[in-house]
Amino acid sequence: MSEERYTEEHEWVRLEGDIAVCGISNYAQEQLGDVVFVELPEVGRVVAANDEIAVVESVKAASDIYAPVAGEVVEVNSGVEDDPEIVNRDALGEGWLFKIKLDDTSEASKLMDESSYEDYIAGLDD
Amino acid sequence: MSDHDPNAPLAETPLAALHMRLGAKMVLFAGYSMPVQYPLGVLGEHKHTRAAAGLFDVSHMGQASLSGPGAPEFLETLCPGDIAGLEIGRMRYTVLMNADGGIIDDLMVLRLADNAFHLVVNAACKNEDFAHIEAHLPADLSFTPRPELALIALQGPKAAETLATLAPGVDRLAFMQSAHASIDSIDTLITRSGYTGEDGYELSCANADIEKLTERLLSFEAVEPIGLGARDSLRLEAGLCLYGHDIDTTTSPIEAGLIWIIPKARRNAEAGFPGAARIAREIADGPSRRRVGIKPDGRAIAREGSAILSPDGGRIGTVTSGGFGPSAEGPVAMGYVPPAHAKVGTSVLLEVRGKQHPAQIVKMPFHPHSYYRGQ
Repeated sequence: MSEERYTEEHEWVRLEGDIAVCGISNYAQEQLGDVVFVELPEVGRVVAANDEIAVVESVKAASDIYAPVAGEVVEVNSGVEDDPEIVNRDALGEGWLFKIKLDDTSEASKLMDESSYEDYIAGLDD
Repeated sequence: MSDHDPNAPLAETPLAALHMRLGAKMVLFAGYSMPVQYPLGVLGEHKHTRAAAGLFDVSHMGQASLSGPGAPEFLETLCPGDIAGLEIGRMRYTVLMNADGGIIDDLMVLRLADNAFHLVVNAACKNEDFAHIEAHLPADLSFTPRPELALIALQGPKAAETLATLAPGVDRLAFMQSAHASIDSIDTLITRSGYTGEDGYELSCANADIEKLTERLLSFEAVEPIGLGARDSLRLEAGLCLYGHDIDTTTSPIEAGLIWIIPKARRNAEAGFPGAARIAREIADGPSRRRVGIKPDGRAIAREGSAILSPDGGRIGTVTSGGFGPSAEGPVAMGYVPPAHAKVGTSVLLEVRGKQHPAQIVKMPFHPHSYYRGQ
């Protein structure tokens, strides 16, 4: 599976073997506006799904980012700490935030696929 | 300042329809539906204002007229500023004081004639301010709120040349001077003032004319509409207080670093404004806390409410405004600390989400003011 899966909190997950690459959706970065600060988790931290794991701040406000899946944080993207605007520029690519080694690789398949997520955000009030 | 009554109808300014056409994102502010940003975004709007000219709808603010014999002396019974000595056509920043020496609101006072003033107060405070003024008003003075007037601000290095093409001569006004002008037949009261640290103007005219005036200004290449988001980051970088956050009914002008608004002759307990005793005491003995600028060493943003700690970890104060400063190219904050920690260069810690981040007390503003002081 190389396509992204999404949470209702607007994180995305892309599986690379048993590693889940995670970030925030394009919709989320658009809603946040200009990202000026990203706080990432410690490598080695073990998280449950929905744990507060990172913070993305725009000029306007700070937003908590939740772990989309359970596992161990194995890598964080220090590039976005140095240049947070990458999250706006390329939320699904260079703007990834952290990688989680999955406890259970089937967990990600429970999240929304792209078309379900598009339906989901279409139903949200702006 | 009062919170908005959730049952009261949401007010809008006479520019509401224009904000919609311009693609603004609207938020609730002081009971009004106001643009927080336009498609350019907060960062872009902030930078545009510093580089060219930004246009702000500030029609939610309260405007009022005060006139009658002894009007300046009356204002001096409510405010610590020098109003009697204000030249006709000039404006001054001052505050309404309470009996405890706290600040009811900050406001602009423009002297139109010997005994006639135009006041501009904060949106969230206007009902209380007006009631306060009316409650103390001598019988022979007349006080009139002016809800039929709208207000916009044009701010930035290109504000003067832009406005001067419509109102010749306004580029020769100095900071805090005013003029009446007819712009495309719209009767406009112009002051060289603002809330961004930039050179610029505020323009008051009838609600019925404000959309036409605003669209005329927006027709210039240099001018972009700017929302409340950038208004806040601009004023924070300029080190300007936001009422209800950096100053309130508990903070004195001395604590807030606003001693410059009190003339020397009024810095005593007998000066005749509410709370004068506290002012005199704090000048003599020093206040228990001071408003300071704080620059975090790292990138983490300490927002309003963040704890300020001494290097040994003890809590010494609270951030009252904090955010990302686009022109300062990093986070900036202001807050109150005891005088022992208020010196420029003092190290402090800011607590953000349970973590302590090193920061320094710095001189404000975070971005230099560019007011036009005249030739």
